[in-house]
Amino acid sequence: MAHDKRYTNQEFKIVGTRPPRPDGLDKVTGRAKYGADTFAPGQLDGLILRSPHAHAKIKNINTSRAEKLKGVKAVITSDDLPDLTNGNRGMFDILENCMARGRALYDGHAVAAVAAIDAETARRAVKLIKVDYEILPHVTDVDEAMKPDAPIVQPHVRTSGVEPKPRKASNVSQVSEFGHGDVDAGFKEADVIVEKSYKTEQTHQGYIEPHACLASVGPDGQGELWVTTQGHFFFRNTCAALLGMDVAKLKVTASEIGGGFGGKTHVWMEPVALALSRKANRPVKLVMSREEVFRASGPTCSTSVDVKIGAKKDGTITAALATLRYQNGPFPAVWAMLGAMTSWACYDLKNVKSVGYDVLVNRPKVAAYRAPSAPMAAFAVESTIDQVAARIGMDPVDFRIKNAAREGTRASYGPTYGPIGIGPTLEAVKNHPHMKARLGKNQGRGMACGFWFNFGGQTCVDLNIGIDGTVTLTVGTVDVGGSRASLCLIAAEELGIAYERVRCHVADTASLGHNDTTEGSRGTFSSGMAAIFAARDAIAILRDRAAKTWEIDVEDVAWEAGNAIAKGVAHGNLAPLTLEELAAASPNTGGPIAGHNEVVADGAGVSFASHICDVEVDPETGATKVIRYTVIQDAGKAIHPDYVEGQFQGGAAQGIGWALNEEYVYGEDGRLQNPGFLDYRIPDCSDLPYIDTQILEIPNPNHPYGVRGVGATSIVPPLAAIGNAVSNAAGVRMTHVPMSPPRILKAIKDEQLDIAAD
Amino acid sequence: MLEVNFSGSFRDAVDGAASISIEAATIRELLRKLVERYPRMQSHVEDGVAVSINGEIFRDSWGEAIPAGAEVFVLPRIRGG
Repeated sequence: MAHDKRYTNQEFKIVGTRPPRPDGLDKVTGRAKYGADTFAPGQLDGLILRSPHAHAKIKNINTSRAEKLKGVKAVITSDDLPDLTNGNRGMFDILENCMARGRALYDGHAVAAVAAIDAETARRAVKLIKVDYEILPHVTDVDEAMKPDAPIVQPHVRTSGVEPKPRKASNVSQVSEFGHGDVDAGFKEADVIVEKSYKTEQTHQGYIEPHACLASVGPDGQGELWVTTQGHFFFRNTCAALLGMDVAKLKVTASEIGGGFGGKTHVWMEPVALALSRKANRPVKLVMSREEVFRASGPTCSTSVDVKIGAKKDGTITAALATLRYQNGPFPAVWAMLGAMTSWACYDLKNVKSVGYDVLVNRPKVAAYRAPSAPMAAFAVESTIDQVAARIGMDPVDFRIKNAAREGTRASYGPTYGPIGIGPTLEAVKNHPHMKARLGKNQGRGMACGFWFNFGGQTCVDLNIGIDGTVTLTVGTVDVGGSRASLCLIAAEELGIAYERVRCHVADTASLGHNDTTEGSRGTFSSGMAAIFAARDAIAILRDRAAKTWEIDVEDVAWEAGNAIAKGVAHGNLAPLTLEELAAASPNTGGPIAGHNEVVADGAGVSFASHICDVEVDPETGATKVIRYTVIQDAGKAIHPDYVEGQFQGGAAQGIGWALNEEYVYGEDGRLQNPGFLDYRIPDCSDLPYIDTQILEIPNPNHPYGVRGVGATSIVPPLAAIGNAVSNAAGVRMTHVPMSPPRILKAIKDEQLDIAAD
Repeated sequence: MLEVNFSGSFRDAVDGAASISIEAATIRELLRKLVERYPRMQSHVEDGVAVSINGEIFRDSWGEAIPAGAEVFVLPRIRGG
């Protein structure tokens, strides 16, 4: 990668300040346009008919009555989405998730769709579609799905990663093993061994904006899609492939996004909207209800995890073993593999092993959720770490510090770490005033660590200088957390101009080269890198224009603080040329001035966080109140500290909901019982304390400004930090997330019964 | 000659080996030779892999040079949220 590592520790003038976000006014006044906020002439309303069954054979779909209803312009089934995937099983799974093909695989699976002149007609039409189902046995629990007599979700799946190759179908799609050393020998060295099992329930990302799009495909094969997404280039490529369109003939525009957190990195109903539009020859708007979002778009996995840790009395961990079972919904994925990779990443371990089992069940297709898979693994590992520390009589923070990974540590997933921040976050925890604050009755404190990889990916940026010297920065990474503000700061820093002189836009897919999806904390990392290089590209042109203006050699022109400067004694009497002057003169010095960059932004630095949490548990009701929370995380370099803190706080808030309340509840019939925010309770302001933050800056040597990416890691420690706090407050180890009032009461009661029995 | 390490489901594709020796100057050459020697790696490479060189993870920069004696891991390509 061709960037200059000398910039890692440079002094900044603009980066690191906290100006208002450029999209702020639009968002607080309602002017911002989200997925459902656009309209087209002749637009139709789309609606999807979904399976009420967890698992059923679709014997017949009769759409004739719906098609005859006045106002209905198109009805589609899987017959209208032919298989064009050419043997690509991953793409076929996406297609099958968008519309069932002979079998409904979960409650909420799409089986047909209509487009009509208004929403009421669409609703009536959907009711007229008759589907003849043959109900099949189903399984929704991850442990049940692994049993030999469990109903098979996908008959074509054979377990990979085991020898000999299985011949029978299994719900275990993949087994992944990571680690090094000899854990059996390590456990023999241990003075203390703690072994425990944990469960976490399925949660949704809970973005406030439902999935929504406006699709238009004409008879000439050209189409447009306006959509709420984290990755409109990925959506374009996927939709074009599934519908047999040329990529260049499908323009996708990303709307403002009302939350995604990984859930909007997958297509769900967008290919259906395009297929409806193609059949109706009219634009089609498709907006999911909240119930549809819960039943048919990406929750994270429910999990079942066993952890075993052995340690010496001096606090050295001698062996660590984790067995992780993650349910993927009905399609093979790698979520348990990610859990296995991340589970022990915070620690320097001589003997370590983690084994992940990816398991299929009759639930919605699992999607990424902010550092996907890591929070559940961290809950199990960090809860056990606390118990080992207690058994050997060591402070849990000191125990973690003693075993923390550092530069030169071989990570449990393989490679050797470069400079990393887990040690500094733990030292910051140890020295934080939060750790010294007194606790009251029924209150407990917990802390935990977390890890995420971060990554960069394909990125493309344009930087255009207007005739007045203001700058338009055009990027292709969707702004999910304030990246436009950060990218304006970066461009201003490079050019040496004021932040207010730069405006950042997210381009549609027809206006810029491919950009990977905004996921894995890559937005500011990768587009920031490309913005730096694009600005340097523009500066080279500005220097050339100044040289032409002065009629001197370009080598005698420098760029300093937003001005071209003539260097050397021979040119000492030339007044500097400002960016505004060069821009105004540009028509006669060579035309428009622009910078451009395409980069594969590899080299994202791994990220660590440590969280501290105080809770109060009501022993009569089992209700938990989070009374204080602190996030400490390594950001590499905080470009716009407000948004870094916002990411820290957002991850903690989502983690608090996940830890204490949020849960998909399935009935015996395999149907989701709580698909709405009344019964699926995410935290609101009254549930949360002020979430304090401490940003550490340990520069990533692989980024020109030292950026690491901050969006994902902050959701990793909360389940465990809260689990440790609740366990300390309630006096009983909590092993099942969410730690809802009934579970806490049951745990307290069971503990009292155990004590009485003893 | 590089020692290339594998973990996770990739070991399955390289006949269960934890590591193999291979001569390669870049990630592109490494992946090409891996697929030549272990055809079952083809599907993994098509689905996406990452290569760690001395602890730095590369997903797409196949032109990246691999220094002699470098620590090399072939890893699954990570997804994010």
